[in-house]
Amino acid sequence: MAVHEKITIAKAINASLRASMEADPKVLVMGEDVGKLGGVFRVTDGLQKDFGEDRVIDTPLAESGIIGTAIGLALRGYRPVAEIQFDGFVFPAYDQIVTQLAKMHARALGKVKVPVVIRIPYGGGIGAVEHHSESPESLFAHVAGLKIVSPSNSSDAYWMLQQAIAGDDPVIYFEPKRRYHDKSRLDTESIPDPLHKARITRPGSDLTLVGYGPMVKVCEDVAKVAAEEGKSVEVVDLRSISPIDFDTVQSSVEKTGRLVVVHEAPVFFGSGAEIAARITERCFYHLEAPVLRVGGFHAPYPPSRLEDEYLPGLDRVLDAVDRALAY
Amino acid sequence: MTVEGTAERKTARGGSKRTTAKKATPTKKATQSGTRNSAQPDEAEQDQLVQLLTPEGKRVEHPDYAIDLSPEELRGLYRDMVLTRRFDAEATTLQRQGELGLWASLLGQEAAQIGSGRALRDDDYVFPTYREHGVAWCRGVDPTNLLGMFRGVNNGGWDPNSNNFHLYTIVIGSQTLHATGYAMGVQKDGADSAVIAYFGDGASSQGDVAESFTFSAVYNAPVVFFCQNNQWAISEPTEKQTRVPLYQRARGFGFPGVRVDGNDVLACLAVTKAALDRARTGQGPMLVEAFTYRMGAHTTSDDPTRYRADEERLAWEAKDPILRLRKYLEAEGFVDDAYLAAIDEESETLGKRVRDAVRAMPDPDHMAIFENAYADGHALVDEERAQFAAYQASFADAEAAAEGN
Ligand SMILES: Cc1ncc(C[n+]2csc(CCOP(=O)(O)OP(=O)(O)O)c2C)c(N)n1
Repeated sequence: MAVHEKITIAKAINASLRASMEADPKVLVMGEDVGKLGGVFRVTDGLQKDFGEDRVIDTPLAESGIIGTAIGLALRGYRPVAEIQFDGFVFPAYDQIVTQLAKMHARALGKVKVPVVIRIPYGGGIGAVEHHSESPESLFAHVAGLKIVSPSNSSDAYWMLQQAIAGDDPVIYFEPKRRYHDKSRLDTESIPDPLHKARITRPGSDLTLVGYGPMVKVCEDVAKVAAEEGKSVEVVDLRSISPIDFDTVQSSVEKTGRLVVVHEAPVFFGSGAEIAARITERCFYHLEAPVLRVGGFHAPYPPSRLEDEYLPGLDRVLDAVDRALAY
Repeated sequence: MTVEGTAERKTARGGSKRTTAKKATPTKKATQSGTRNSAQPDEAEQDQLVQLLTPEGKRVEHPDYAIDLSPEELRGLYRDMVLTRRFDAEATTLQRQGELGLWASLLGQEAAQIGSGRALRDDDYVFPTYREHGVAWCRGVDPTNLLGMFRGVNNGGWDPNSNNFHLYTIVIGSQTLHATGYAMGVQKDGADSAVIAYFGDGASSQGDVAESFTFSAVYNAPVVFFCQNNQWAISEPTEKQTRVPLYQRARGFGFPGVRVDGNDVLACLAVTKAALDRARTGQGPMLVEAFTYRMGAHTTSDDPTRYRADEERLAWEAKDPILRLRKYLEAEGFVDDAYLAAIDEESETLGKRVRDAVRAMPDPDHMAIFENAYADGHALVDEERAQFAAYQASFADAEAAAEGN
């Protein structure tokens, strides 16, 4: 792997799994169709050929089974990386994740570790049928014991997954599926940022725009358009949804005085609500406008012909930026 | 609304007395548990495969599942299968042409679907997966209704109660529990209708399916589990789901299971009819495993060349469900060239109707996002709807202003 290569996010995740499996023989990949097929998105392409069926395991079509057995494997000293084929199919496993995986370490008084990583391709924008476009991150962030991250570019995809696998806590790694084929620089040599650190991807002085995963590109596009209109927007890629690096967001907002949070998931009870509340608490005297949120509606994810209107796009985010600046 | 499936349905069921299976309970043989280690049938199990029509189109008898259909009824089954295949092919083409986002083809599974679908009574209720286009046809669902969700204009597209055909279910296995609950309701009502749940071999691994077996057995619910074992769950062969033949699962839950030749429309009809009759008469659930094959890709997004050999498909092509019935009909002199030509013409008409209907299918209005989120309404949805409407209107205002300039 060359340093500074431009590579798709899907390939970066594949390289990351490969690196983790090479570094630690206890790392296993498991899930539906991850073997010969290489997963429905080809993210695990070639891994079974190189690491064998013992380490790249095609599982029965049973999500509760996948996560439940991953927990057992972890209790036995393995480091399973389980793939859930699509966001909407994690729910048969929700019970195992919420009632078992999240709480096992605490219940055992810290005596056992369950380093299970769950990879979930998530989010919309790919014209799929229902249950293939959802953003359930808040449903998991509400549960103590789980860590939740979502990369937005190839270097992060590569490093954050390895960090998640190497860590001893359960991590849900949300992959922005609509960005799988976007290419960006993969730097395999520089020391990566810590897993839960937010990053300013574009500096600005008038307003802070916070996003993660698939929304980071939208935020950056918004910042570019806003710049043409003479507005200086700072973009923060949150990278981690549990925990959230509030310090980075706070210092940005202390500088700009305005905050707009963007995510695909419904706004109601979403991660934006948490960020708005915390930042209001921390930055009350710096804020020139209320924290605004842009996201999905309180309605089922719509059929694909309507998803462009449902998902936060350039126009809806710009509209919120304008509203915040108008205060 | 005229629907091709409806008219023929009456004909196919016109002689429903004649389609009665001899015995409603399968023999011990069919429910015996084996000691084999693979889900594929070995020779001994091939014997247990209920078959009434060989791949060569020869009519054979089975001691437990007799069926006696008139030439007209047999032609009806043939017509159903040909038109269903034609519809399916048209949908695949429409996906290739960008008119549909996705399509899940039933190619190869026509006999399993038409056979079981024609065994149903109007008052029975069907819980399908996402591939039951042939069953939908038998229920009289307008085939163009099936395309809305694949085109992306809705997430369902029909009223389940108008044909007792529930919405397609994408989450694997969920519908088997709904079918069981519905059947429990039928039983509480004292009705004599039955419920049928369709699912795949992959789905048999889901907890929901196991739980539906448990509930239906415990409550003796009038439900038939119809598993189309098409050998594959995307890239995973049946052996990745089970180490015993699927029909044998039922026994452990306390009800009978039987494996039927899923490419034999007569056998599928006879066995499903027997299972439904069993359910109707208070004898509880039954599992029917239709042993068949998915001849195409899992969906139009799938590439089966990555995981399976062409030879396998070729072997199954020799067992084509439509061809075998046609051979039989021809040998018996039940069809002539003129009849076959008329069916072909009808197929083309159907193809064109479907094509035109899909192309004419309008995109939903953007406010449809907020429709039907709740039955009784919800204040937050009302608020978001109003905000969204104002937001949309702001673009219209801007456009109007620009035009005014
Ligand atoms: C709960 C759940 N997990 C995963 C999927 C993705 N998926 C869609 S179809 C499929 C395979 C289904 O195989 P099978 O049950 O044998 O039915 P078939 O499509 O072959 O008829 C998978 C894994 C899903 N739809 N739902």
